[in-house]
Amino acid sequence: MGVLDRLLGQRGPSSRDIAKERLQLVLAYDRIKISPELLQTLKNELIAVISKHVEIDREGVEVTFSQGKRRSRLIADIPLVSTRGHRR
Amino acid sequence: MGATIITITSGKGGVGKTTATANLSVALALLGQRVVAVDADIGLRNLDVVMGLENRIVYDIVDVTEGRCRLRQGLIRDKRVPELYLLPAAQTRDKTAVSPEDMVRLCEQMRDDFDFILIDSPAGIEQGFRNAIAPADKVIIITTPEVAAVRDADRIIGLIEAEEKGPTSLIINRIKPDMVRYGNMLTTADVIEILAIDLIGIVPDDKAIIVSTNKGVPIVLDDKAPAGLAFHNIARRLLGEDVPFLDIREMPNIFERFVRFIRKG
Repeated sequence: MGVLDRLLGQRGPSSRDIAKERLQLVLAYDRIKISPELLQTLKNELIAVISKHVEIDREGVEVTFSQGKRRSRLIADIPLVSTRGHRR
Repeated sequence: MGATIITITSGKGGVGKTTATANLSVALALLGQRVVAVDADIGLRNLDVVMGLENRIVYDIVDVTEGRCRLRQGLIRDKRVPELYLLPAAQTRDKTAVSPEDMVRLCEQMRDDFDFILIDSPAGIEQGFRNAIAPADKVIIITTPEVAAVRDADRIIGLIEAEEKGPTSLIINRIKPDMVRYGNMLTTADVIEILAIDLIGIVPDDKAIIVSTNKGVPIVLDDKAPAGLAFHNIARRLLGEDVPFLDIREMPNIFERFVRFIRKG
């Protein structure tokens, strides 16, 4: 297979690249023990709590996580609704 | 001083824990160390056959922990090397026959008389694994460069960190140099980047391992096999020596050897 790929000029990412990418993604979830459903719940509750105090753009809220060496972090990007318009 | 207790574990089964335990035990003994290899896989005894000592078993680890024999009676001496003993697992019991406390007590009893105690952990993350890591001073994680094995290794590393065991280090086993070269296998660097732990050894895939297991003669006793050399190097690193990692690309396959031969001639 390898030699043949070489001769034909390899197309697309190698299976090594695919393996690495898949592993990084699956481990990101494994390590934080947060399922996509839990992430959605977190997002909904964050929106509820924060919008009690400040006006936010609910549609624009993004809750994701990023992966460090052996530590992942949860990142919430919560756009505030601009208050400038009200002054006009 | 006393022995250093090292547990060899992986999470996933079939990646080479038992082979690594057998070979590192023999290699350390060849380097003049007093070694005990402990099979902690109760109910699925295997270290004895890989080491070729299965016909000499009288007592096992559960006989020792339950007091049916003295510790010394449970230890089987491997006569091929100066100071190597095997403490076999029980085959007719299950992992609940021994507790983590039993394992700690047992290893403490042996600590003064040996330089190294190597524990072969069962696969999985249940009690057998917990028994195996309970007495560990160091943990060696073994994986192959495959998605499932690396994922399980990551889980195991997390559990060991949570138990505050360690330090942990990694062996990458069954590397196929030609597949790595053609981008069809994760590289050593990829695995290290993903798992973020220290590397203690890389072992090339070697058919001679199967032959050695068939015979019950650990591959480190064969001085020509690449996998044997890899395990020797790991044993020397365990003794604190600074041994460079094998450059697995340096091991040409048959085709390349042929090409080199033609070019030389």
